[in-house]
Amino acid sequence: MMKEMLEKIGKQAQEEIAALVKSSGDLKAEFEQVRVKYLGKKGELTGVLRQMGKLTPEERPVIGELANEVRADIEKKLADAKAKIEDLKLQQQLKNEVLDVTMPGKDFSAGSLHPLTQVLNEVKDIFIGLGFEVAAGPEVELDYYNFEALNIPKDHPARDTQDTFYVSENVLLRTQTSPVQIRVMEQKKPPIRIIAPGRVYRSDAVDATHSPVFHQIEGLVVDRGVTMADLKGTLETVAKQLYGEDARIRFRPHHFPFTEPSAEVDVSCFACGGKGCRLCKGEGWIEILGAGMVHPQVLRNCDIDPEEYSGFAFGMGLERIVMRRFDIQDIRMFFENDMRFLKQF
Amino acid sequence: MKLPWSWIGEFVDIADVTPEEYAHALTMSGSMVEGIENAGSEIKNVVVGKIEQIERHPDADKLVVCQLNVGSETIQIVTGAPNVKVGQLVPVALHKSTLPGGVKITKGKLRGVLSMGMMCSHEELGMALEDYAGACEDGILILQEDIAPGTDIRDALNLNENVIDFDITSNRPDCFSVIGMARETAATFDKPIKLHKPEVKGGAGDVNAMAKVDVLDTEACPRYAARVVKNVKIAPSPKWMQDRLKNSGIRAINNIVDITNYILLEYGQPMHAFDLDRVAGHHITVRRAKDGEPMVTLDGAEHTLDSEVLVISDEEKAVALAGVMGGENSEITDDAVTVLFECANFEPTRVRRSAKKAGLRTESSARYEKGLDAEMIPDALNRACELVELLGAGEVCDGMIDVNHAQDTRKPVPFVPEKINQFLGTQISGTFMLEALKKLGFTIEGDTCLAPTYRIDIHEMADVAEEVVRIYGYDKLPTTPLRGETTMGGQSEMENKKDRIKAMLCGMGMYEIFTYTFTTPKMFDLLNVPQDSGLRNVVRITNPLGEETSVMRTTTIGAMMDTVARNLNLRNDQANLFEIGKVYLPQDGAQLPEERDKITMAFYGGSCDFYTVKGAVEALLAGLGAQDAVYTACTDNPMFHPGRCAAVEIGGKDCGVLGEVHPSVIRNYGLKTRVYLAELDLADILSQANGEKQFKPLPKYPAVTRDIAVLVDKTVPVYELEKVIRSVAGEVLEQVKLFDVYQGEQVPEDKKSVAYALVMRSHEGTLEEETINDIMKRTVEALDNTCGAKLR
Repeated sequence: MMKEMLEKIGKQAQEEIAALVKSSGDLKAEFEQVRVKYLGKKGELTGVLRQMGKLTPEERPVIGELANEVRADIEKKLADAKAKIEDLKLQQQLKNEVLDVTMPGKDFSAGSLHPLTQVLNEVKDIFIGLGFEVAAGPEVELDYYNFEALNIPKDHPARDTQDTFYVSENVLLRTQTSPVQIRVMEQKKPPIRIIAPGRVYRSDAVDATHSPVFHQIEGLVVDRGVTMADLKGTLETVAKQLYGEDARIRFRPHHFPFTEPSAEVDVSCFACGGKGCRLCKGEGWIEILGAGMVHPQVLRNCDIDPEEYSGFAFGMGLERIVMRRFDIQDIRMFFENDMRFLKQF
Repeated sequence: MKLPWSWIGEFVDIADVTPEEYAHALTMSGSMVEGIENAGSEIKNVVVGKIEQIERHPDADKLVVCQLNVGSETIQIVTGAPNVKVGQLVPVALHKSTLPGGVKITKGKLRGVLSMGMMCSHEELGMALEDYAGACEDGILILQEDIAPGTDIRDALNLNENVIDFDITSNRPDCFSVIGMARETAATFDKPIKLHKPEVKGGAGDVNAMAKVDVLDTEACPRYAARVVKNVKIAPSPKWMQDRLKNSGIRAINNIVDITNYILLEYGQPMHAFDLDRVAGHHITVRRAKDGEPMVTLDGAEHTLDSEVLVISDEEKAVALAGVMGGENSEITDDAVTVLFECANFEPTRVRRSAKKAGLRTESSARYEKGLDAEMIPDALNRACELVELLGAGEVCDGMIDVNHAQDTRKPVPFVPEKINQFLGTQISGTFMLEALKKLGFTIEGDTCLAPTYRIDIHEMADVAEEVVRIYGYDKLPTTPLRGETTMGGQSEMENKKDRIKAMLCGMGMYEIFTYTFTTPKMFDLLNVPQDSGLRNVVRITNPLGEETSVMRTTTIGAMMDTVARNLNLRNDQANLFEIGKVYLPQDGAQLPEERDKITMAFYGGSCDFYTVKGAVEALLAGLGAQDAVYTACTDNPMFHPGRCAAVEIGGKDCGVLGEVHPSVIRNYGLKTRVYLAELDLADILSQANGEKQFKPLPKYPAVTRDIAVLVDKTVPVYELEKVIRSVAGEVLEQVKLFDVYQGEQVPEDKKSVAYALVMRSHEGTLEEETINDIMKRTVEALDNTCGAKLR
């Protein structure tokens, strides 16, 4: 008799749970209702179990076992149904929440560093990695540092090629970053390894390739036994880091008053690898900097004995490097700061 | 400097080298070649033709049909040119020929008659009318020389000359000449140089009977030599000489002047020819000019001289600016009969100053300024006289006046191959070095060497090392890595901070700009800067490109406004910009100004307002660890809106300003958009923001948040309320968050409602309700007492 009742309860619960899964009402409440109805303190199964006392000792374990089975079965069905319902709900949610992922993201737009800064940072990092310190000097400079101490006395023809802005007879806007060499050598004894990036001024009329304001990066190494081969080796390392492992450099003789011997330095064209193209005007080489061994007189001007020490120096134009890197044709763009230009970097 | 190929070839045999190989080799040995020019390079298949027969065109009045012998055959050409005659030699562009500019000529029919090509004018050959005597304004060029038909026109008219264009550096004045470059050529290719010793027949009497020279300033004129030519016949110089001058960029004038220019190019030695009959007393004196002395130069320009200037004078007047230009009063004219050739050495600085004073820069002064070798004077002068005789331009007098005070200042320079190798990082053999130096004209004695007289640039070992390595080959220099004591690379703390600030500002959505650091004094007017403001005390450029760039800036706001204005004019409707750039502040008693870095930011367009720029400044200062920044209303900065400007103080130090740009400044820049801007002093900020981080233990006890809303006069800055709240609440107050400021309905006209959330926490234990209530009560009272703020 009780056995039949238990089996009936089990079957009935199973049907109700199955219906529950298909129902569309308040699932949480209905679910609880079903659970209480069968498993609650006043539930049907509990009701049946209360009558256990009426059974014979032989029947009790049999019915007890059956009752437990039915309870476990209901509990499992309930849990399964719950999981199924939650899964259905999740599926529904996912379906409802489909987004158009091709729409633009929220506005977190960062700005950017000026291209001159970006490339300068790269160059600085390369040299810092080689043990160079970054030095600086004034832009409004004494004639002595910009010219005299660099072996360019008054009336020297080299002054013609550097159209200088003067503030007074002895004060000018520096035409090169080389005066920083002198300032550093006056302050510091060898070993010296510095680069000095900065603004320089030349009285050039503005056009696509000339600006009265531009930037140079000066380099100076002074120590015992520094050679011209070291200069070439150092610049080759830098060129490879700046333009890739395949980059080669070429030295051509030149003249600067403050270096001897002097060289103009070309790097193999990074666009065509040296075969000749529009960027290198068919030459296969691109001039990137001027360099040389520090002139012994310049060392003497800074109280460094050229018999004991030697050094090399180099200077490169930042704008030219950046123009070639990004294929920018007009130097004026750097100082116009058109947002449409700035946003490209 | 342009040098015709054939001229160099006169001194060194370069027939086995192509111009391209030559250009590369010379560039790599130190004489940079800028390019190779060839006037006739585009002309192809154009030959000399002889007109043998001319007939009328059967169907056209203005055309004629010519039969021309072009060497291999006779061809028929139809032309409309009015100047053709039988027997003339003319340029003929044959079928399938090319002319300058890529013009292609093929056979065709003119009014039904076959024409196998075209006869050419000077223009069609890319020549100017004055380039050739046989050129004709509106007709065919008629060849003046007897040249075999069929000859390539480039040979006939000397249009096939390769001209090498060198960029000579200022330390090598000796290379500004054919002979100088011939020496370099010989050394580069290891070939002999054929130098010519000029021979003058003379015979026209003694030069000393004709002229006298006194040099009063022997320092400014170390050597002055002269020879005299009698019975001069002024005429055009021959074509070969004209062609060489023309190809070198100098216009032919007449035989005498052309000879001086020929010497200028061949030797690099400037010369001048005086009409001796116009030199008073036939007496040349080299002296300083008198103050105020007048002089008219060859170009017709009038000058007033002073004692800085060296002149050549006769017994009455100055007749030339020494080393710069001759005077009009002694110039060679067509009726000159007696000519004095001056061949002198002037001191570079003196010529430079004279040239500067006169505002003239000539081929002559450019050479003297760099320093010339006085030793070449006799040869150069004799060569000029030899050319006079060769050209039949006159009769040369015997002897040479030579006032020579020039001193050989060369000193032997140490020559120790090991030292040179140590310096270069090479292993070049001593023998190679020795040979290289010999090729360059050095004499070697033991462990010293002596440069030739024309090498004024050789003073010490490094100079000799350069000579060695440029002949050895820069491309053969080994590459070695840096060695020696290791050094710590890096940059200054200031530079690191600058990089950090730039990164932060970019992170906040701003774009970095680079601006000119010089500006116009008018900027101060645009920015409303009062006349007596210290900002107007500027570093002034004495020789600016223009007023626009004539003073160094003392504020970065002008450049930022220029950038904003430019972007608005370009219709960029929104921008967030920043710059870290210098200002230049003159210092009393110091030669150099103080250069200070300023951080400048600007915002316009979009939804930006005053609080955008303020928020950016706050975020920046917080990021730098400047905790106690105070912003106070600043009503008297003329560049800013008086009601929307704040002075930024950190730790009591004035660090800059931020706000909305004054509407009248906006108008001055022709704009209609509000601009929000900040200018902060980098060093001042960094001096107040140490940026050092210190860890505080995380709180163990919960915080309590209480809101408070008060009604207060509109004019009371919220900062005043905050100060009161902080002073009352004391240590337990962790944070004061302003969350609402309201004006409008339910708030009286002259009041505003301000709401704060006070976050309180103790580190000793959970705050008692009673303590909190007490704090809130005292806060409300204090707000009322101090600021007249009433609890809502």
